[in-house]
Amino acid sequence: MTAPQEPGSNPRRAFIAAAGAGVAGLGFTAIAPGLHLMAVGQADAAEVRKAGSAASPAVRWGLLIDAGKCAPGCTKCIDACHTENGVSEKLPDPRQNSQWIRKIELVDRRDGRKTELPMMCQHCANPPCVDVCPTGASMKRADGIVLVDRHTCIGCRYCMMACPYKARSLVHVPLTEQNPEVPRGQGCVESCTLCVHRVDRGQTPACVESCPEGAMLFGDLNDPSSAIAKRIASVPTTQVRSDLRLNQGVRYQGL
Amino acid sequence: MMLNPRHEEGFFYLLAAIGGLVSAVGIGAALYMEHSGHVVTGMNNQIVWGLPHVVAIFLIVAASGVLNVASMGSVFGRKLYKPRAPLSGLLALAMISGGLAVIMLDLGRADRIIVAATHFNPTSVFGWNVILYPVFYGVVAVYLWTMMERRMHPWMKVAGFATFIWRIVLTTGTGSIFAFLVARQAYGTALLAPMFIIMSFCWGLAVFLVVQSTMYAWNGLTLPPLVLQRMKNLLATFVAAVLYFTIVLHLVNAYFAKNIAFEYFILFDSEFAGMFWIGQILIGTLLPLALLFNPATAAKSLWVNVAALLVIVGAYFQLYVFIIGGQAFPLDMFPGYDVKSTFMDGMVDHYSASLPELLLALGGIGIAFTMTTIGVRILHFLPQDDFAEIEAATSATD
Amino acid sequence: MKLLRILATLLFAAIAVSPAPTFAGEGGRTAKPVIEIANPGKCVAPVDEMRRNHMEMLKHQRDRTMRQGIRGEPASLNACIECHASKKTGSVLGSNENFCQSCHSYAAVKLDCWDCHQPKAGFKATGVKP
Repeated sequence: MTAPQEPGSNPRRAFIAAAGAGVAGLGFTAIAPGLHLMAVGQADAAEVRKAGSAASPAVRWGLLIDAGKCAPGCTKCIDACHTENGVSEKLPDPRQNSQWIRKIELVDRRDGRKTELPMMCQHCANPPCVDVCPTGASMKRADGIVLVDRHTCIGCRYCMMACPYKARSLVHVPLTEQNPEVPRGQGCVESCTLCVHRVDRGQTPACVESCPEGAMLFGDLNDPSSAIAKRIASVPTTQVRSDLRLNQGVRYQGL
Repeated sequence: MMLNPRHEEGFFYLLAAIGGLVSAVGIGAALYMEHSGHVVTGMNNQIVWGLPHVVAIFLIVAASGVLNVASMGSVFGRKLYKPRAPLSGLLALAMISGGLAVIMLDLGRADRIIVAATHFNPTSVFGWNVILYPVFYGVVAVYLWTMMERRMHPWMKVAGFATFIWRIVLTTGTGSIFAFLVARQAYGTALLAPMFIIMSFCWGLAVFLVVQSTMYAWNGLTLPPLVLQRMKNLLATFVAAVLYFTIVLHLVNAYFAKNIAFEYFILFDSEFAGMFWIGQILIGTLLPLALLFNPATAAKSLWVNVAALLVIVGAYFQLYVFIIGGQAFPLDMFPGYDVKSTFMDGMVDHYSASLPELLLALGGIGIAFTMTTIGVRILHFLPQDDFAEIEAATSATD
Repeated sequence: MKLLRILATLLFAAIAVSPAPTFAGEGGRTAKPVIEIANPGKCVAPVDEMRRNHMEMLKHQRDRTMRQGIRGEPASLNACIECHASKKTGSVLGSNENFCQSCHSYAAVKLDCWDCHQPKAGFKATGVKP
């Protein structure tokens, strides 16, 4: 079993993940060259998937955010996200703007210690938004990325009610400034895609790349040799609202 | 007072025209929202469901509750309620149509509502609704048919029973929309499913009483005292039952340390506190109970109707506090921390409905009103009581 | 009088049943869409097949890309735009000569793609500062 596990996590999913890891391991020994898999194991960045191949359930993309490193007042990750994803609308009521990623300032009530961190879609393994979506537009890809299929989203906003992180937004106005790789439009719900279009090219998400402090670490949680899995194995990390047992793909440290 | 037949006809067309106009304006408002986007509403990414949902959920919950009158007759064999069953069926169809129209027209992509039928997610309560509502229309229509077509009478009891079961399932579904939400503190409790059922009994009966009295007055009749007596007792019971569930819900929440802040917010420290205590408790519960139990007012049709109207007003307050209040309170993501952000984290949100969404909400009521007005006009829905039979039945059972 | 009426009826019937192409042949009176094709002849499938099936091709591709993460398929909407965006406006939309809009407005078929997808070729998105 390779995925970082915590007590009470979904045994069915753990089983599937274990099976997936087993298959991957088998491939590693059976395929003589094994170079490709080795290379993936060593690189932190995403694997460049071959054109025509589907996202693999053996992979689980995740993000580890070091709140201790997140600089106060810095919004580089938000700017990068908005540029990358063409989030360009600025409405009179800011609450109607799309919230792909936002900074939250925390003050510990015991000692007044201040922390900041970026909050976005947590890419849960058991996402409530996917459960409640009437049309199945809210979906989780095989590699753990939670997405909205805007072709079938009817804009009912039930997922927004269900999300414990307020990570989902309804697009409140007609749009024209979309990034060709990131379609988004009026009346549909959207959220952080973990820059799926970049990940599929073997890049890291825009926020990760932009962080001047290196506070964000992207990688495959299922691969024990990945930097993110190693860090999670060695330092205490937090899942926000871990009481809900949603098994998020986005983890925090330094909280 | 009986209306002059000539005036009566004109009055009917006037009412139908007003209803039609309100409906049309509502649909126009929805088209405007569809064209401009939800930016023209007061809803936002924190308070995602607004006034249209308050009104739609009232109509849907009351629609299934109003069928209770029919069930009392067909399923539980109460003679007094049997002649009232057709009217209750009509009201159910009218109100659910109004409610569903509002919900559907408020969608971000109302133009592709058909997707809800072609793509089905079995884990979604909204997904279930795609089955629950059409079947509801079907069973109620069949039930009406068995009641209004003499040759179908033998099937009435079966159809009535099926309708009763289905309406319980449907309202369980409506309550579960909120019961299944883990994210927000106002929701996510199994209590909501039975609570919505009792709310539906209460609100449905209140609507029924008001419509029934209007129809009697229209035809120059007064509601027979026996009928009034029975129905107002039933209404009082339901109002008290809703109060009971409200108390239990808040007690349970207040007992959980994690929910105390929310309970304090909703009951004492927000714009919703006033709506709760004055709107829901005083206007919607205590005043009606007083009117229904005070011998001086309880025997008078007028005061019973006032009580029923107050129950309906209270219902809107209750849903507003429940739906809007539940979303206005910040999500507790980081227990033990004070949080702040550019998007309402750690802050109470404020919602005020814009004109288009208000008109859309009223449009839903307009649709229900118009369908009822036309329905009672062209078909035979006025209850025909056979008192000798009722007296015989009651003296036998009492 | 009677004869006249029969003749008129026959004439009317003849007009009614005469095949439409008599009037609507090449260069006839029927309006045709004016399509500006910026890069003709390089499509992923023959013209006839594209005209008939482009929506099915795009739909199946979109589901595979969206749901399974399969990238680099030939029937890609962005690839359509790269070739077919107007040289003048840079877009497949905007005027009745532009690629998508010309046929769709001619056939009165609603275009749903561009509510979300970017119709301009090589468009660089910018973001907004929070």
